[in-house]
Amino acid sequence: MNGFFSPAELDALRLSLDVAARSVGFSLPLAVGVAWVLTRARFPGRSLLDAFVHLPLVLPPVAVGYVLLVVFGTNGTVGGWLHEHLGVQLPFTTAGAAFATAVMTFPLMVRAIRLALENVDLGLEAAARTLGAGPWDRFLTITLPLMLPGILAGAVTAFAAGLGEFGAVITFAANIPGVTRTLPLALYTAIQSPSGEAMAPRLAVISILLGLAGLLAAELIARRVRRLLGR
Amino acid sequence: MLQVQARKRLDGFVLQAEFSAPTPGTVALFGRSGCGKTTLVNLISGLLAPDEGRIQLDDTVLTDTRAGISIPAERRRIGYMFQDARLFPHLSVLGNLRYGEKRAARRNAWAARRGAKSDTGRPLDLGDSIGFDGVVELLGLGQLLSRRPHQLSGGERQRVGLGRALLSQPQLLLLDEPLASLDVARREEVLPYLEALRDRLSMPMVYVSHQFEEVLQLATHVVLLEAGKVVAQGGLSEVSLHPQLRAIVGPDSVGSVLDGVVIRTSHGMVELRVGNGTLRMGLQQAEPGSRLRVQLLARDIILATEKPHGLSVRNELEGVVADLSPDDYEAVLVKVDIGGAMVLSRITQEAATELQLRPGSRVWALVKAVSTRGHAFRLPSA
Repeated sequence: MNGFFSPAELDALRLSLDVAARSVGFSLPLAVGVAWVLTRARFPGRSLLDAFVHLPLVLPPVAVGYVLLVVFGTNGTVGGWLHEHLGVQLPFTTAGAAFATAVMTFPLMVRAIRLALENVDLGLEAAARTLGAGPWDRFLTITLPLMLPGILAGAVTAFAAGLGEFGAVITFAANIPGVTRTLPLALYTAIQSPSGEAMAPRLAVISILLGLAGLLAAELIARRVRRLLGR
Repeated sequence: MLQVQARKRLDGFVLQAEFSAPTPGTVALFGRSGCGKTTLVNLISGLLAPDEGRIQLDDTVLTDTRAGISIPAERRRIGYMFQDARLFPHLSVLGNLRYGEKRAARRNAWAARRGAKSDTGRPLDLGDSIGFDGVVELLGLGQLLSRRPHQLSGGERQRVGLGRALLSQPQLLLLDEPLASLDVARREEVLPYLEALRDRLSMPMVYVSHQFEEVLQLATHVVLLEAGKVVAQGGLSEVSLHPQLRAIVGPDSVGSVLDGVVIRTSHGMVELRVGNGTLRMGLQQAEPGSRLRVQLLARDIILATEKPHGLSVRNELEGVVADLSPDDYEAVLVKVDIGGAMVLSRITQEAATELQLRPGSRVWALVKAVSTRGHAFRLPSA
């Protein structure tokens, strides 16, 4: 394999997988929480939260990256505090690339999880209540397992989409080889440079194969879990 | 004693109900679809909160809006058997059965450690708990334990739902039309188990139904609901005479309900002591000394003003007319007092006039022994 791919290509592939995995790991618990709030809670400003969560879907990714830079940059309000008190720096780091990717794929994940939650029969939770299960108990033993197909599908979709996140990553985390140069960024760099003609098509093929594998995996997992639940 | 007084407004529908029923015992909430039966059991279970009201089970106040008391459903120790079973699809039958049992055990252990009273304020009575094996045997679930809910028939699903509720060690069991979603054959897969449950456990039950047959078969006490209000309540014999019941079950199902003790059996005939009379019925199986309930349909009862002879009819119950009330189709419903037991007879207006029936008239109520077929039910021994 090392003979077939160049070190730069392998770096990009490894980084893409790393960034996508980290972004999913970071946003999954939050997405479950937000999906729950948007589905079950009734409070003023719910529509606003809904719109806010979906904003990355309709904004230019570069704009999202720019806003993140303003807020989470080392001079930004949140970023400055993080840097000063926790020593955490997001821009120009792999963690930052993952963070930007998480923000971009968040709506995809919330949508899938929300759909799953809406399909959970409230009657089953009521039944669990009469059997002595408190709110957290019900959530962990009934609601969450029944949402599992949606959660897995959402995670895999977000992972697949995260492999290819470009605009927000390059704006927020820049294009640093080995640190933030993921597959799409490497592809972009290859196209831009006169010597990259050989590399570009190979990176494109890798991207296509990865995306395809991700989508197929999502479908497969969903089917397997559905069968497990007997539906 | 279960005491319920509650008001609840739901999508323009108003439930305003008040009843009390003895415990242990089976109280039936009976009425047409949409009369508020399910809302009422949801209020008792705690899944719904009343706008105003008070619900008390024995010494435990479950809800009291004025005193600000509302025990959450998960701590009420009230089992609920749902019309649609509501088995957890991601768990096996065993997992479903253990769900409530595990939490009951945890609650008991916790309460024992604290050496205090249980959540509902009543001292823990660990002696009345029902074991897993007992429930599995009682409900015939042994073969089903490893199956998934979607692999069960409707009747099996209901039995698992019942077992699951029982294993949560409830102090009261709510059954919301447990047979309504089943066809007739499947009902027979469940009804005998409900009877066995009533006879073998002294657990108070609230049984919701719109089928009077089920009420006859299972209940000791009945609450009649109509458009969100309680229109009658009491023992079955008493409520069976109530005019509001006629409106719900329809004129052809009107009849008095008599509970009695079997005094003799011979040649496929059973003699039942009702009031100060003896009712002979064509019935294959009954033990002397056991208790039976029989419904005598008003349209099957003939009245005579003299003791008749030369008739095939096996029962001539002597009594006194207590009351006459107009019925549909130019008919009259005559209530006859047979030494404390009441029998209803539907006769034409013409017959009533010809026989000059009025309250106090001496009459004989003629009951064919075969007319009770399918209308006699076993009762638990008193």
